[in-house]
Amino acid sequence: MLSVQGLACARGGLPLLEGVSFALQAGQALVLRGPNGCGKTTLLRTVAGLQPALAGEVSASTDSIAYAAHADGIKGTLSVRENLEFWAAIYGTRGIGAALEQMNLRALADRAAQNLSAGQKRRLGLARLIVTGRPLWVLDEPTVSLDAASVALFGAVVRAHLAQGGMALMATHIDLGLPEAAILDLTPYKARLPEPGAGGFDEAFL
Amino acid sequence: MIALLIRDLRLALRAGGGFGLGLAFFLILAVLVPLGVGPEPATLALIAPGILWVGALLACLLSLDRIFALDFEDGSLDLLATAPVPLEAVVTIKALAHWLTTGLPLVLISPVLGLLLFLPADAYLWLILSLLLGTPALSVIGTFGAALTVGLKRGGLLMSLLVLPLYIPTLVFGAEVVSRGAQGLAVNTPLALLAGITAGAVALLPFASALVLRINLR
Repeated sequence: MLSVQGLACARGGLPLLEGVSFALQAGQALVLRGPNGCGKTTLLRTVAGLQPALAGEVSASTDSIAYAAHADGIKGTLSVRENLEFWAAIYGTRGIGAALEQMNLRALADRAAQNLSAGQKRRLGLARLIVTGRPLWVLDEPTVSLDAASVALFGAVVRAHLAQGGMALMATHIDLGLPEAAILDLTPYKARLPEPGAGGFDEAFL
Repeated sequence: MIALLIRDLRLALRAGGGFGLGLAFFLILAVLVPLGVGPEPATLALIAPGILWVGALLACLLSLDRIFALDFEDGSLDLLATAPVPLEAVVTIKALAHWLTTGLPLVLISPVLGLLLFLPADAYLWLILSLLLGTPALSVIGTFGAALTVGLKRGGLLMSLLVLPLYIPTLVFGAEVVSRGAQGLAVNTPLALLAGITAGAVALLPFASALVLRINLR
């Protein structure tokens, strides 16, 4: 279960969001929407425990979260299989066969990751989520550079994950074909910027 | 943990991994010094301990910025930070992998380079022993420097400035062990200090490295 209460977060010292609250139960998905720069990535990083919240709390143990960022964390000189086996070993799970199968990577398993196309790399990055075996997926723009067929494939993977009692929190602009997913628009939670001049640079010297 | 070590070693050994960079630098330095200084055995024997230790130190420095930079760029550092492994263990493994790919080869090749520099026969044992005891400190301190500057573009210069002062005690005592050994004097004191610095660095710095890494990943 993930519950976020009154969360405020900042990027580069600048408050971006405040008062964000939502909850996720097993089997639910939440899609974050909002214009570029509104704080989707920052919110996801805060939930994943990579940065502290300015205020509010996230009540999910970080042990239940698998985080997938813009960058896939793929090592180009390792093969697809070696990349996945490394993450399986780190997360203490066994078997990468299901992940290869579900993300349609079986035929590419022994190819060096640097020779994959952008979309294939993305599929490898998403296959890592399946390997982690964690219930809460925190996904940042998971469908970047995926073609329509792969988006459908990924949508099916997320649905299968939800059906097993998993949860997904994702920032995405395109439709994954998950009508059951709730949508949260972050625009109303934009943090008020401090008044220019008030408590500014000069005052530090007065 | 073992998986991370195996992955790092595998990455270092594959194409573009940078294995051998420090080794090649060490070799080049030891070959060029006799050419530059002149082939006087007496002069070379006098400066050999210092040259070998400075060479080993700079060779270590050369490969430091790769410890975290590559993982940071491709996003695996973020993923490792959210993985069920303590970051302290991650930085320790990273330092160990750096030592195995840089420090250990330097230790193994150093007797050959000692030969090029007319190192007195008595000093070989102390050369190998002092490098064996001292280079782990170079890797651990270097990992701390790399963690401090991770995420900075072209952070190599800043990292060198931060790390070099911390390297000086190791350099001083390491070279002292070898030159005392070459003169047949007692080496206990510098050897004990060298080992002490390494033990202290290995015990304490991983916590500092993990802390600055967490701050840098925000």
